[in-house]
Amino acid sequence: MDYINAIVLLLNYIFVPALAYGSQLALGAIFVTLIYGILRFANFATGDMMSFGTMITILFTWYFQSLGISLGILPTALIAIPFAIIFMVGYMLLIDKFVFKYYRVSKSPPVQLAMVSIGVMFVTQAVVRIIIGPSDRRFFDGEKFLIKAGEFKEMTGLNEGLAIKSTQVITIVVTLILVSALFWFLNKTKTGKSMRAYSDNEDLALLSGIDPKKIVMITWIIAGVLATIGGALYGLDKSFKPFTYFNNMLPIFAAAIVGGIGNPFGAFLGGYVIAFSEILLTYAYKKFFMYLLPESLEPNTLLQLLSTDYKFAVSFSILVIVLLYRPSGIFKGKIL
Amino acid sequence: MRKNLNVIAAYTIMMGLIIIVGIFQSWNIALSIFNLCLISAVMTMGANIQWGYAGLINFGIMGYTALGGLAAVLISVDPVHEAWSAGGSNIIISLLLIIGMVLAVRYVLKKYEKSKVRTYIIATIIIAGIIIIRFVSEPGIEAIEEVDPAKTGFLGGFGLPIIFSWIVGALFAGGLAFVIGKVALGLRADYLAIATLLISEIVIAIIKHEDWLTRGVKNVIGLKRPAPYEVNLQQTDWFINLVERFNSSKLNLITDLTERQAALNQFVIEGSSIFVKLCYSGMFLIVVIILLILTQKALYSPWGRMMRAIRDNEEAANAMGKNVVKQHLLIFVLGSAIVGIAGAMLVTQDGLFTPGSYRPMRYTFLIWVMVIVGGSGNNFGAILGGFVVWFLWIESAPIGLYLVNLTTAGLADTHFLKVHLIESVPYFRFLMMGIGLLLIMRYRPKGILPEKIEIK
Repeated sequence: MDYINAIVLLLNYIFVPALAYGSQLALGAIFVTLIYGILRFANFATGDMMSFGTMITILFTWYFQSLGISLGILPTALIAIPFAIIFMVGYMLLIDKFVFKYYRVSKSPPVQLAMVSIGVMFVTQAVVRIIIGPSDRRFFDGEKFLIKAGEFKEMTGLNEGLAIKSTQVITIVVTLILVSALFWFLNKTKTGKSMRAYSDNEDLALLSGIDPKKIVMITWIIAGVLATIGGALYGLDKSFKPFTYFNNMLPIFAAAIVGGIGNPFGAFLGGYVIAFSEILLTYAYKKFFMYLLPESLEPNTLLQLLSTDYKFAVSFSILVIVLLYRPSGIFKGKIL
Repeated sequence: MRKNLNVIAAYTIMMGLIIIVGIFQSWNIALSIFNLCLISAVMTMGANIQWGYAGLINFGIMGYTALGGLAAVLISVDPVHEAWSAGGSNIIISLLLIIGMVLAVRYVLKKYEKSKVRTYIIATIIIAGIIIIRFVSEPGIEAIEEVDPAKTGFLGGFGLPIIFSWIVGALFAGGLAFVIGKVALGLRADYLAIATLLISEIVIAIIKHEDWLTRGVKNVIGLKRPAPYEVNLQQTDWFINLVERFNSSKLNLITDLTERQAALNQFVIEGSSIFVKLCYSGMFLIVVIILLILTQKALYSPWGRMMRAIRDNEEAANAMGKNVVKQHLLIFVLGSAIVGIAGAMLVTQDGLFTPGSYRPMRYTFLIWVMVIVGGSGNNFGAILGGFVVWFLWIESAPIGLYLVNLTTAGLADTHFLKVHLIESVPYFRFLMMGIGLLLIMRYRPKGILPEKIEIK
């Protein structure tokens, strides 16, 4: 019985939250990796683009709520997301047309594009804060829990409860669907294959008649979809605050690089690597060992490897170690 | 003279703008803008040395600034003797252990050939070392943090004049840059940017959460000043006389004695804070001028020419026998040290150390906007960038408010759009910075004052 309790404890505090957080990071990381692989620059506006998409989702959610439309037990935001994606893609294409295109056509070095993306970051951040303000907003409605901790205890007769929030399930399901669709698109369709070819070797791709304008446009469209959904899922699960989104850029970068930048599958796994290591290293294992060990051996400290304050520092340290010892990432991306 | 006409014109306009603020808003605001402009100028000079001279991207400016600030705390605060006796020995033993660990790793690295076994030995040393250090330091840290947590709860500093911290801050930042440079300088440009950005976040995390050293988010307030205190000034005779002489024309208009005294008091209060700010301006100006002379000399020296050669064509410079790795490391350390000075100056001026306020937007990206807008590779450009961008950063709220009022003049004061826009005026600064950066990068990619190389 104690073993089952210990396992449920880990499931409840480590596995489920890390899986949800990892999915959110994974979407962002694929976004970064696609931009890097195809447009060839590190996009520092990632976090703010995600917050822009989330902001539109929130505005649509409010609008639908005022009309009385709802999905019952599911959050209203799910209907708002498709509409938000349309706006977001428009915004992305607009930025590309007015900002990034010039540097792409004149073949500027990647560093200059990264600097330009900082300008975009400032502008997007300002727009988000002017429209919706800097404060913390929750836009979740519907049924909050799929399984409540108390119900679970009653059902199984265990000491430990397992609470699963509906947002966590939605996050994981949506991520899986979206990522499978994306990989299908990249691996099976003609456009997807030409995108991969373009990312691999630009000149050869151009020689074989691939239209770069189309590739770039589709990249931005996919990026818009990923940014909106990733941002909205994070906002549903936690809450929406522009500043947190800006900070999330850092673990997202870490995930993309750990997975091997330019490699979407690597980025997807990288998100989970970062999420699990952040949570595994900062969790206090005292209770876990109390179940496993006999009473005489019970630990008297928290058994926490690092305090939760260092959550971000964990992912950054992993990144630095990976950059030093395996700069192409765990799953072999572009050689840097 | 003619060649430098645009430099002179740009600086004259900038000073004119600050004077206009002084006349129309108040001299207090103008001087505080001016002081922060000077600090920003020091930071941009540091970033400019790295980016403009050598083409190294350093997005870790926030980390060095915070280390400079930490130096100010460690130098100027009086030592907390109870804390030292409670846990000082544990901390010192931990420090020795860290040094021992580093030496052990170095020894293994030197002694054995590169192999899997060596990697495992190093990993074991580090992991075992961290566990031992945690066991040694934990009781000490707890004891220190329990010493009067509302007031101290940390080890304190050395109780020296805060001015020394400017040098110590440079040493701290340079030391950190040495470690980072050894580790990360081999990376390609955008990876270096990401790596330094993340490392600076780690530095901030440590400063925020190691309460025994920095008091963390509880902040350190009331640091000693190198300038006189306003309260003391207001009671000094020579200062009151000075203010009286300055404002004699206004004071003479008032005939009533009590009213005259009240007016004089008002002038003295205002004057004292201006006087203190002027003291800081003087000190900062000295630092800026010294750094400017040094960096200009360096730029036109053989060393500066070598740096530009390395920046423009690394392989060619390498083939000519220049040690690129070593020079990159050197310039990385130098630039970061200058940023460290600025960090210490900032805390000196504020008189308080708030680790929570170090955010990448303000201390990393804004500085980069300054360098790019001003003109990378040109010291006068970088300093001007610091002035222009900081000025806009502060004054964008009034400008934004004016624009909002102008565009929504037709709407009633209670109209929801107008109210909303007026509430969001503080965020117009991000918008202005972003649009400014994008425009400069597009139409004047070398900055307001572009790099000009003449061989003297």
